[in-house]
Amino acid sequence: MAAPVIATVLTLVVGSLLFATLGYDPLVTLQAFFIAPLNSLNGLSEWLLKASPLILIACGLAVGFRANVWNIGAEGQLIVGAIAACGVGLFYPNPESPILLPLMFLAGACGGMAWAAIPAFLRARMNTNEILVTLMLTYIATLLLSWLVHGPWRDPAGFNYPQTALLSAAAMFEPFDYAYRLNASVFITVVAVFLMWLFTDRSFLGYKMSVSGAAPLAARYAGFRESSAVWIGLLAGGAAAGVAGMAEVAGPLGQLSPQISPGYGFAAIIVAFIGRLNAFGIVLGGLLMSLLFLGGEAVQMNLGLSAALTRIFQGILLFFLLAADFFIFYRLRRIPEHA
Amino acid sequence: MPPRLELRNITKSYPGIVANDDISMSIMPGEIHAVLGENGAGKSTLMKIIYGAAQADSGEIYCDGKPIAAHTPATSRALGIEMVYQHFALFESVTVVENIALAVSNTFDLDALARQITELSNRYGMPIDPHRRVHDLSVGERQRVEIVRCLLQAPKLLILDEPTSVLTPQAVVKLFETLRQLASEGCSIVYISHKLDEVQELCDTATVLRNGKVTGTARPKQSTSLELARMMVGAELPEMHVSPSVPSEKPVLEVRGLTAPARDKYGVELKNVSFEVRGGEIVGLAGVSGNGQAELISLLSGERTHGNALSIQIDGRAAAHLNASERRKLGMAFVPEERLGRGAVPPHALWQNAVLTAHRTGLVRNGLVDRKGANSFAAKIIERFKVKANGPQASAQSLSGGNLQKFIVGREIALQPKLFLVAQPTWGVDVGAAAFIRQTLVDLSRSGAAVLVISEELDELFEICDRLLVICQGQVSPPLIRTKTNREEIGLLMTKVDRGNGTNGRGEVAVQD
Repeated sequence: MAAPVIATVLTLVVGSLLFATLGYDPLVTLQAFFIAPLNSLNGLSEWLLKASPLILIACGLAVGFRANVWNIGAEGQLIVGAIAACGVGLFYPNPESPILLPLMFLAGACGGMAWAAIPAFLRARMNTNEILVTLMLTYIATLLLSWLVHGPWRDPAGFNYPQTALLSAAAMFEPFDYAYRLNASVFITVVAVFLMWLFTDRSFLGYKMSVSGAAPLAARYAGFRESSAVWIGLLAGGAAAGVAGMAEVAGPLGQLSPQISPGYGFAAIIVAFIGRLNAFGIVLGGLLMSLLFLGGEAVQMNLGLSAALTRIFQGILLFFLLAADFFIFYRLRRIPEHA
Repeated sequence: MPPRLELRNITKSYPGIVANDDISMSIMPGEIHAVLGENGAGKSTLMKIIYGAAQADSGEIYCDGKPIAAHTPATSRALGIEMVYQHFALFESVTVVENIALAVSNTFDLDALARQITELSNRYGMPIDPHRRVHDLSVGERQRVEIVRCLLQAPKLLILDEPTSVLTPQAVVKLFETLRQLASEGCSIVYISHKLDEVQELCDTATVLRNGKVTGTARPKQSTSLELARMMVGAELPEMHVSPSVPSEKPVLEVRGLTAPARDKYGVELKNVSFEVRGGEIVGLAGVSGNGQAELISLLSGERTHGNALSIQIDGRAAAHLNASERRKLGMAFVPEERLGRGAVPPHALWQNAVLTAHRTGLVRNGLVDRKGANSFAAKIIERFKVKANGPQASAQSLSGGNLQKFIVGREIALQPKLFLVAQPTWGVDVGAAAFIRQTLVDLSRSGAAVLVISEELDELFEICDRLLVICQGQVSPPLIRTKTNREEIGLLMTKVDRGNGTNGRGEVAVQD
């Protein structure tokens, strides 16, 4: 557990130097970055609201990553999940039905899984590279969303803005308090974290996946099918991302627009690795990542730091975290010339 | 003349164990010195200290009379100390010459190096094609690469860890000639082996280790095997009991007309292989590595499947199209040649590695792994097979090769198989444990299981097998009754000239004479 401490100290030192040379008081800046955003109930609500999809998606992705199945396209799966869920929410005949939300949940999960099933099929059958396929499908999903909100699904009463009609109340998660945006969808994440722990740490299926990841020849020796690791790995990530997309649409957004995710699908990859692909670590990683998002916005608004500067600072922290991990497991040595 | 290498009072401890306790020995130039000891006796640690891959807690090392300070593998190589590890350190995805270039040269003149490799390997009777990729090489061939890599450096001290375990009798003779030639040129050799007869044939002196301490030094040529073995194990060796076999009526494993293309251009094509193994008997498959054993075993184990389901039958059921898991359901168990990465998952704990194949013995309940059950399963194997490990929580990669082998053999036998496939059952395992594993194989077969042993150690095959098969260039000989054949007949079949269909053009590599 030394790595996060070392990384935090290094980030604070380097960050302070950076802020000081640019003429900002480091203490004030760091306070505005890390403490001020959490000083209010609203801040806490926003913190959890942003951490929730990150953790949810990272849990799904980590299932695949542990088996060396590299799903880089969670962003696309999130979008397709959101489209499917919103479609159900908009076009279900009875907009007041109590089963509408559960249906949207299923639609979101299925949408994400369907999008992830394409690279899974291609990898299992034709051995294509899932990194490329999942990534490219993300751009297709973005354009599909753009076409829908500019075209067939555009709200007729929306003054030509590229967005769908608002979802009915029955199609949305109710906030805990209408003053804040946090809603019951965080419980989905809590359940997902538990399921992820159960799957990777305790289940036989999760065991088979870890064998596939750590020693593919041993998996073949034991007769574990490689294709099932590919399918499970990709579908888990797809389902988690799709549900996260549904929770965004049925939560803070309430409708589809061309930009529905601030990059949750990509940030979740980092969260998964900060958390070392482990359920508990992912929770911490997601909370940290979410705080970085919030703090970055806060210092831009309150202190007038540039967006680039805040992103540099975020990058420094992540860089030190992953580098500290690396140097704990490996040691640099000089190799003599004559060797 | 100062000794080439002198160790004084070397001590090295790891948490919970003293691996080397006050060890002193010296080796003169041109001397061939054996280090004998059981698994876990501290041989490998001592070799790592000599090579500089590990640092002693106390004690000194002198090379040609000068103390070695700040000892690393790089300084060792600069002093002319080279080592061939038991687990090879080769990059599998690149060619032989590229591997060697990485280790030996600063310039990357691959063509010149390839010529050097061909010349040197032929001179020392271990021909190797420098342009083949390492992942296509058998274990025996990989070892040649490692030895040739060391020889290119014209070493002053060569350390060999179990070098003959995968060689044919003829190749061992060749290797010994090479080593004697090297010694006569002034190179000192440290030779680690469990095979007493080889040590007696080759080595001038021997240092025997037990539990990290020197228990004796001997002149092997003047000692009996029994004396040496006693120094090693500190007790009398168990005697083998091979009762006559009573083969079952029907074969448990039946291979009929199995023909399979090579995996890749360096693989070996299997040509119309037919044989059977009955319950209650042990059948041995002899052959020089790289003659189709890898293909045959992966087809038998189900790691590779075959379109013609009937070409392999287990217990009377068509099985060639089934994967390994489905074949295990029919009662098959299998110990592969590679322990780390195939027979066991290196970073996983032993209890997790127990689950790898023993999950069908009730270690999985409601889809969840029974950790307690797996722990006690692993603990039982550790106890019964005397595996030296830090309990079921130890990772597979922390075990020495021989101890991991004992664990894997133990795990597979605990599955009570009807058909037991085992490749190189005692490679790298010490005398006492090897005898135990062989006895266990015999007992397993006498209790009704069909056992197929694929080994390159003829002594082992002659000791335990009822019938012998020989594989050469993808063809399997008709079965020979153990008591009605001899080493010469087997040796000839192992190196027979290709019978008219020599199209694969790899004869010079596969055949050594």
